[in-house]
Parts: sequence; C-alpha cells; structure tokens
Amino acid sequence: MKFFKRFYIGLIFTFLYAPILILMVFSFNDSKSRGRWGGFTLKWYADLLQDREIMSALYYTILIALLSAAIATLIGTVAAIGIHGMNRFIRGAIINITYLPVLNPDIVTGISLMMLFVFVKMERGFLSLLLAHITFNIPYVIFSVMPKLKQMDKHLYEAALDLGAGPLYAYRKVILPEIMPGVVTGMILAFTLSIDDFVISYFTAGAGVSNLSIIIHSMARRGINPTINALSTLMFTAVLILLLIVNKRAGNGYDKKTKNNFEEEIAI
Amino acid sequence: MKHKFYTKLIPLIVLSALLTLFVAGCGQSGRPTIKVFNWGDYIDSSVITDFEKEFGVRVIYKTYATNEDMYVSLKSSGDVYDVVFPSDYMIRRMINEDMLQKIDLDNIPNYKNIDDRFKNLSFDPQNEYSVPYLWGTLGIVYNKTMVDDPVDSWEILWNEKYAKEIFMLDSQRDSIGITLKMLGYSMNSVDTKELEEAKEKLLEQKPLVLAYVGDEVKDMMVAEEAALAVVWSGDAVAMKWENPNLEYVIPKEGGNLWFDSAVIPKNSKQKAEAEAFINYLSRPDIALRNSDYIGYSTPNTETMKMLDPELLVDPAAYPGEEITKDLEVFEDISEHLGVYDRIWTEIKSK
Amino acid sequence: MKKSWVAYPYLVWMILFMLIPLLLIVFFGITERSGDGIIFTLENFKRFFEPIYIMVLLRSLYLALISTIVCLIIGYPLSMILAGRDYRHKRVLILLLVIPMWMNFLLRTYAWLTLLEKNGVINSIITFLGLPKADLLYNQGAVVLGMVYNFLPFMILPIYSVLIKIDKSVIEAAEDLGANSRTIFRKIIFPLSLPGVVSGITMVYMPAVTTFIISRLLGGGQFTLIGNLIEQQFLHTGDWGFGSALSIVMMLLILFSMAIMSKYEKEHEGGGLF
Repeated sequence: MKFFKRFYIGLIFTFLYAPILILMVFSFNDSKSRGRWGGFTLKWYADLLQDREIMSALYYTILIALLSAAIATLIGTVAAIGIHGMNRFIRGAIINITYLPVLNPDIVTGISLMMLFVFVKMERGFLSLLLAHITFNIPYVIFSVMPKLKQMDKHLYEAALDLGAGPLYAYRKVILPEIMPGVVTGMILAFTLSIDDFVISYFTAGAGVSNLSIIIHSMARRGINPTINALSTLMFTAVLILLLIVNKRAGNGYDKKTKNNFEEEIAI
Repeated sequence: MKHKFYTKLIPLIVLSALLTLFVAGCGQSGRPTIKVFNWGDYIDSSVITDFEKEFGVRVIYKTYATNEDMYVSLKSSGDVYDVVFPSDYMIRRMINEDMLQKIDLDNIPNYKNIDDRFKNLSFDPQNEYSVPYLWGTLGIVYNKTMVDDPVDSWEILWNEKYAKEIFMLDSQRDSIGITLKMLGYSMNSVDTKELEEAKEKLLEQKPLVLAYVGDEVKDMMVAEEAALAVVWSGDAVAMKWENPNLEYVIPKEGGNLWFDSAVIPKNSKQKAEAEAFINYLSRPDIALRNSDYIGYSTPNTETMKMLDPELLVDPAAYPGEEITKDLEVFEDISEHLGVYDRIWTEIKSK
Repeated sequence: MKKSWVAYPYLVWMILFMLIPLLLIVFFGITERSGDGIIFTLENFKRFFEPIYIMVLLRSLYLALISTIVCLIIGYPLSMILAGRDYRHKRVLILLLVIPMWMNFLLRTYAWLTLLEKNGVINSIITFLGLPKADLLYNQGAVVLGMVYNFLPFMILPIYSVLIKIDKSVIEAAEDLGANSRTIFRKIIFPLSLPGVVSGITMVYMPAVTTFIISRLLGGGQFTLIGNLIEQQFLHTGDWGFGSALSIVMMLLILFSMAIMSKYEKEHEGGGLF
C-alpha cells in the first residue's frame, strides 16, 4: 500500500513536471528547432542579455507586477477597512460586486477593458495594461485583508482612541499591525497574478507594450525561441529556491499552526 | 509571528524584482519610438537592433498572423503603428478606407533598388503608399520520403491516403482560395454557389487534416510530423534549408502570387522615422540579411546580385514570369468578407 | 471605526473599470450601428442560436466536463494520500504542487507539443518499447490533457485543505465502533470533503469552459471553443456586437453556475477558499 501511494504520487508529479523538465532541458539545446537535440550549449543563456525583445518584455512584466501590486494593495487595504465599517446590507452588496471580477472569466474581463479603452479613444499601451492589472488585483487584496479585519478585536481601535491616540495614529499603530499578514498575502498574490497573467494582458496591451506572456504567445506560433526557455529556467529556479528557503525557515522557526496557515495561503 | 516571516519575504521579492528591472531596463530610455507591426518570423531581429543603434530610434516590434488580424487591430482596436506590412489586397482595402499615408519616395532613396516588376501594381498603381518588402507564391510543401504520388495538384490534399498527414493554413482567404482554384474557379470568387461548393469540399477534407496552423508549420514539417502542408514559398525555402527531404510545388491549377509591402498608417505621428526604417529595409545589404534569414524572396535587384545563384534559379524562391503569369493575385473583396468569415468559422467549428 | 468613506476611491475605480466595461459589453451586444445611428437589435443573440454556434458551446461544456471529471478522479486520491497520515514530506509536496504555476502557463502548455508529437518524447519511448506510434497531438484527447494539466492543482488543493481539517477523533470514534475503512470513507470522509470537491469542481470547470489557448495550441485549430469564438470576434473579425453577445451568454452561464455552486457550499459550510 505504501509503495502504491508513493508510486501514485510519483506518477502525478511526473505528469506535472515533465513539460517543465522538457523546457529546462531544451534551454541547453544547441539547435533552434524544437524537438531536435543538437548537443549541449549555454549560448541561449548568453543570448538572453542581448535579446532586446525579451529583455524589454521582462522589464515591463516586472514593472507592471510591482506597480500594480503596490497600487492594488494600497487601494484594496483602504477599501477593505472602509467596507468593514459599512452596515451589513451595503457591505454585502459591495462584497458581491467585488466578487465579480474574480468570478468573471478572464477573457470577458479582458475584452470589456479593451472595449473601454478603445471606446474612450485611449491608445492601449503601458497605462492601459497597468490599469487592467490593478483592476483584477484589487479584489484579491480585499479578500486577503477582510478576514483579518473580522478576526480583529473590535474594541482595540476604540481603546486606542480612548487613550488619546488620533484616528490616523490609531490606524497606523493598532489596526495596520493586526491586518498586516493579510495585506502582505494580498500583495504577494497580486504580484504573482500579475506576472502570470496572459489573457487580460493580451486584450489590453495593444501596440505599445509587450509582457512576457504576450511575446511567448506570439512565439508559440512561429516556434519558441530557446532564449525564452533559458529565461524561464532561470526564473523558475529562482522561485523554487526562494520558496524552499522560506518553507524551510517556516518549518524550523515556527509552530505548526503557522505552517498550516502558510499552506492555506499558498493554496489560494 | 507570521508577520515577521513575511516581512522577510517581501523585501526579498522586491529586491530581486528591482534587480531584474535594473538589468532588463537598460536601453529603455526615452528616444524617439516607432511601432512596427509585421508578420510573425518575417525579419532578422538583429536588423532591428542595428537600426536602433544606427538611427538612435527605439523600435517596438509586434507581430500578426494574418492580414485580417492586422486590419482589425488597426481598424477596430484603435492600435497606432508606424510601419505595417500588409499584402496586396489588404493594401488596396486600406487605401480605399483611407487608412494609409502617402510615402514620400524622396525619403526612400533605396527605392531605386526595387525591381520594376514590383512597381505600379494594381493595388497601388502610382506607388504612392507602399514600398515592396518581400514577395512569393502559395503552394504545397511535401516530404519526398513520405509521399509517393506525384504532387502536382491541390487534389492531393484531399487524398485519403494522407489522412492526418496534412497541415492546412489557418488563414481563411488562402485556404478557401486554393479550394476554389482546385474547383476551377477564381481565387477571388464571391459567387455564393462557388463558395458553397468550396465549403463542402473543405468540410469533406477536415477529417484528413492534422491541424490548421500558422507559422508553427515550419517546425512541424522540418521535424517530419506530416507529409504535406500548404505554405507560402519563403517558408518552404527556409524549410528546405533545414530538411532536404522537403520539396515545394505550385500546383497545376495555379495558385496565389502575393506581394507584402511596407506602408505607413494614417494615424502614425512618426512619419520621418518610419520612412527611415522603410528605407533601411530596402538597403541591399539589409534586405539580403532578411532574405537569408527567413527564406523569402526579395524584390531588391541589388540584393539579388548578392544572393546564392542557386537560389535564383530555384522556382520555389524566384519563379520566373512564365510561372507567375498563371498565378492569381488576391483582390479586395471586403464587402463579401462576411461570407468568407462564416465559411471559415463553420469549417473550424464542425 | 465607521470611516466607510475610505472605500470610495475603490468604488469609483470599480465603477470605472468594472461596471462601465460590463455595461459596454451589454451595449454592444444589443445594438447595431447602421447608417442612421445606433439601433436596438437582438440579431447577435439570434445568431448565437444557430446550430453551428450551439455546437461550439456544447463542445466547450463537454470538454470542460470531461476534464473536470478526470481531475476529480486523479486528484481526489492524491489529496487523500497527502492529507492522510502525518506524511513527512506533506508540506514540500504541496509546495511542489503549486510551484509549476510560477512558470508561464503558455510555455508549459507549449512544452506538451514536444512530448506529444509524432516524433516526440512519448512516441520515442513507445517505439523504443517496440509498440506502434500513437497519434497524440491535435485531437480532443490532447485538449483534455492540456486542461487537466493546467487545472489539476485547482482540484487537489481545495480538497486537500478540507481533508486536513477533518477532526481525527471522528474517524477514531468510527474505528472504535467497528467501522471498516471503506465505511469510514463512504460515511465520514467523503461527505465531509464535499465542500472541497465542490470548490475544486468550480475552480477547474470555469477556466476550462472559457479557455481559448489550450484548444488552439494542442487542438490544432480544429476544436473551436466558445473562448476561441469570442477571441476571434474581437481580434480577427472585428465583430464587437456578436463577440459581446457571446461574452454575455458565457458570463451568465458562469455566474449562474457559480450561484448554484456557492448556494450548495453555504449549505455545507464553505470550502475554505475565499
């Protein structure tokens, strides 16, 4: 039975990792055409820094992810605090509206934003892409922060005021530390969603700008440049190492409850 | 507690992100920028880099898969490009719809290198709007080791012997066009009965088709994933370089002769830089690099002198007048595109 | 802390970038621009009910259903194994389940071409074993495989997170009362895990119905799904009216099924995801 379980786990993970392995292996392939092995090379890694198209796409991917995560976190956190203070009925309505972009198919969000930008005659490019990413990120921040607000002791804030703290000071010193884990989770979530997004970017980027997903999509038609494989291998390895370090630390230094929380959070 | 652990993660992420930004951001400075919209895999990308270095202009380069995609992007999605590369019939349509600016040939001194054969064509009779970029034909590429019948007719794409060994082009005008040709009609037919007949033929063919593809056909045919494919001539030349088992033919019923030219859309605000770019592409050595890299045929007489003489006699790359006179050039049939669209949707959705 | 006005910037944002765009879709879906201005029409919706488009819709629903079932069948046992005993590598394995999502999904899907094609990796292994080559690429199976591959973690994670929360003492109590493992699964574990199963199904089915990339890359353009149809209207044909109508139909379909699902979830104590 134990063997069977191991075998099953192995099978599923082979399925999940086979394409990734293929990508990594072919980033060392000394032949431009996919599927043919032409010997080992590191030239695609050397080409990487010279490749203008890929570097520019990488630049915009990261820039958009950072900016959209930061702005969405700001708007979303403040919004969550505001929504929390509303009466039940309005809160319910707003939460339902906030669910809409989460549940709406990406393609519908994408085309609807594209129609908006075209309709108001705004040329699609960096700004439209950023606005779109902020829009789909905000709800995730709100839904990460809301539970923390709910868990918080209602009287903390009032107690701070009674002790003579100004409202802003009380927010900063009392509420913010309490909801910080939610804020950070929301931000990380927003960052990764932005990096990973293709569909919404595809419809909102227009002529002016490309991110990595968009150039990968256009390359998928003419054959993926192995340089992209090299870049992905690097990014993937970086994320893998980062997560394993974090995971190890979480495993060593923190109690079991924290670990479970962490699992749930990455599970989102 | 968790707070602490996350506060460690965030700076780590931000730091690595900023580092990447710094590395990738070199060269993103605010020079004049032109936006170029071209067919996928239709330029040697080092040409763009060299142009940027030489002229101090930044080029944003995007690609499309069919003329129709490009048209929709400009027309209804409101994208602004400075240089695009439509084919003959699409140039006509864009001129008719007032989407193009006139090009000042005084700014394109290299225009003198263009062969007269590619000037004054019906889609731009006065050469006011377009500068020829590349040209070619439409035909069948096949693998000599996998096909033992003679390949001289479009009919072979309907031969059940090659079921699931056939790639068709995911381009409505080309795929419907060759079917019309096979049935003995014009590629520019707008006759409902003829089109209906072509549709039936294509539906009949669908079970034999392995996939409807775009540029990926090159990789697939080189890797011998299928025996037959409908391709543009330049792609066939490039495939033959990679895999000598491949051969290209223009079927006896005739096919399509096409010309892709550089044009400047009406809403471009960078006309001077756009013209500089078009002129650069017409420079003999640059045109040679492009031609060598992607396999397509150049209209540039100076470039042709530098080409491998063997290539010049290859009818796949440079068919003579005796071949091209029997080929048909697409005409603008925009009022009937709805019908084409519907037929193609129906074929792909069945 | 009744400072609800701080939410206003967000509300303005949502009205601008969420509500107005959705209204635009509705607007374009029910109007037509002709010579004499903008007129109301239901032509776009009527067109949707032509057999050819209904067939595309049915195919989308069907392929997504198959993928969801496959995900459930292979995902549930894995969730059980991972959640089951105090598996030492549990945490690492869950992490490994999520990590592929950090690599661009287009690229990962594209890599399947190299695995599935006629002279690809899998067929090389098959021929090495002396078996005949199989046609793996450019068919419905490849599309389903692409969907399962992309969405499987979305099935495993919610089920897993419900399973680890099941109170062990309930199972022990059942064991003490003499229930065998099959009964325990049927009477306790499975019913308690249902909320996770429901959110798993939602999280796989919804993106599978609306995808357009997987069918294009692995289906070779022969299996038009409703997502492909919408993309085509906006990027290849420029028919915003019909595209909008299709989007409205798809949106209603999704929101309607979500409503049913979330009603079910509420009745059975939420599955923990959102």
